[in-house]
Amino acid sequence: MATTTTQPVAVPAVVVAEKPPKPGFNFGRALAWFFMILVILASIFPFYWMLRTALSSNNALYAGSDSLLPVDASWGGFERVFGLQTGQEAIDAGGAGQPINFWHYLANSVIVSTLVTAGQVFFSAMAAYAFARLQWRHREKVFAFFLAGLMIPAIFTLLPNFVLIKQLGLIDTLLGISLPTMLMTPFAVFFLRQFFLGISREVEEAALVEGASKVRVFFQLIMPMSAAPLATLGILTYITSWNDYFWPLMVSYTDRSRVLTVALGVFKSQTPQTGPDWSGLMAATLVAALPMLVLFLFFAKRIVNSIGFSGIK
Amino acid sequence: MEAIKRKDDTRLALMFIAPALVGFLIFMVWPTLRGIYLSFTKFNLLTPPEFNGLDNYVRMVQDPVFWNALKVTIYYVVINIVVQTVLALGIAVMMQRLTRRTWLRGIVLTPYLVSNVVAALIFLWILDYQLGIGNRVIELIGLDRVAFLADGAWVIPTVALINVWRHVGYTALLIFAGLQTIPETLYEAGRTDGASELTMFRRITLPLLRPILALVLIITVVGSFQVFDTVAVTTRGGPVDSSRVLQYYIYDMAFGRFQFGYASAMSVALLVVLIVITFLQYRLTRAEQSDLA
Repeated sequence: MATTTTQPVAVPAVVVAEKPPKPGFNFGRALAWFFMILVILASIFPFYWMLRTALSSNNALYAGSDSLLPVDASWGGFERVFGLQTGQEAIDAGGAGQPINFWHYLANSVIVSTLVTAGQVFFSAMAAYAFARLQWRHREKVFAFFLAGLMIPAIFTLLPNFVLIKQLGLIDTLLGISLPTMLMTPFAVFFLRQFFLGISREVEEAALVEGASKVRVFFQLIMPMSAAPLATLGILTYITSWNDYFWPLMVSYTDRSRVLTVALGVFKSQTPQTGPDWSGLMAATLVAALPMLVLFLFFAKRIVNSIGFSGIK
Repeated sequence: MEAIKRKDDTRLALMFIAPALVGFLIFMVWPTLRGIYLSFTKFNLLTPPEFNGLDNYVRMVQDPVFWNALKVTIYYVVINIVVQTVLALGIAVMMQRLTRRTWLRGIVLTPYLVSNVVAALIFLWILDYQLGIGNRVIELIGLDRVAFLADGAWVIPTVALINVWRHVGYTALLIFAGLQTIPETLYEAGRTDGASELTMFRRITLPLLRPILALVLIITVVGSFQVFDTVAVTTRGGPVDSSRVLQYYIYDMAFGRFQFGYASAMSVALLVVLIVITFLQYRLTRAEQSDLA
């Protein structure tokens, strides 16, 4: 009975009317569309250029620098990035010839982002539930304390956190990179608490009356009902973690814990004598960017609609 | 029912909150306090920190490179924020007035999905002096090639615009979300009165959007001050010190010269700058809101 009264709850998203106001043709509108097309081109072209260069062979780039299609198309850039060329082959093709294997960095990035996302979303959800639904003393004070954390720019805690991770002996490990954001962020707690507050109490109380414990209510009722915001938060956290550069740059020294963003910086700095290996570098860049672009392809609507003021206070 | 509501859940709540609280205390609160403490010490990471009072701050005030870094950072923030906000506002309004379809918002947001490092490298290539397509186009229209990231006068505007490319879509979507809160009836009324799009933008959109714009500015300005990735990947602070932004100088001091105490003092300075800016902008937001209420 109680379940029929609950509406499926969604992230407070932007309500978008599909029909724009529709006056006839006028000069202003044409100009506006022209501007929009420029914006679209500026957003997309750099990605095309990355792809075009990655598929060119590096030595041909000098002659064909303004060809819109790949010059002397080859997989050479990707072969160097994944360590499939021998040192001499790579040097002949315009690469640095140092062994490099992006599969390894790709795996590291996947591990770090997965650890951070799974941990952060789960533990933040637990805390958010305690703040939204459980009755305990000083709840509001502790929550205000958490919120104050939003004021501290992440960058300020990096140096002392590095010192801490070093003392814990976790330098150059994937756990060391993940740990600081694996347990919570004030934003995640705040975002989920807002959502939990909006869930109707009736369902929850019906379950409690029937004798379910609050732990069960959380796992079997609240979590499934919140699948949508949990997924949104998870995707955003994954992207943020994947794209992070400064913190992993501090913590990882060797291949063992190197993630893609840091590996890209290293690849760039290994410029060969003859000039940069642009096709290799763009291939590497593409490898680093592609997983997030694919993720975006699948979840575009969710990601686009999650951007608004629902989460930002 | 009442009995359930009143029940005290303290023990359960502690259990639920424990992991997040531990994370919060260990990786946010403690480092914040420690960062402030370290700024009063001499610390090279190998031997324990030695308290040295205000030495780091005295040094900072007298350090021309620090002041230059602060100047460069502010220069970067101004270009970055002005260009980004104007463009984002334009894009948001166009999306609102032309088409509100998701695919368009998706395309505009795409650059935000890649890391700063990826964005920096793509533009390093596009703007390359010898082979970059950007310089080829400049040459084709009859101008001289520009060493965008190697010329002291160009480097900060270039870095600022690279980051505009990555963030403008996100900012536009934030503003777009704000635009949805303005009732359509206002525009209908405006149109009935024969107001042009431009008049409606000035008289309806801008005033009603102002509190949201202020909020967007707080978020983007605070983010902009923390610029690091793009500089670290493309120029490493060069040529000379012309792109040595504050965060890069701090990093270099800590990891290049192992002067963690001094680096911490500069971090505190940056923190203070950010708090002051946030506070000022927050005051402005509040003022605007009360005006409109």
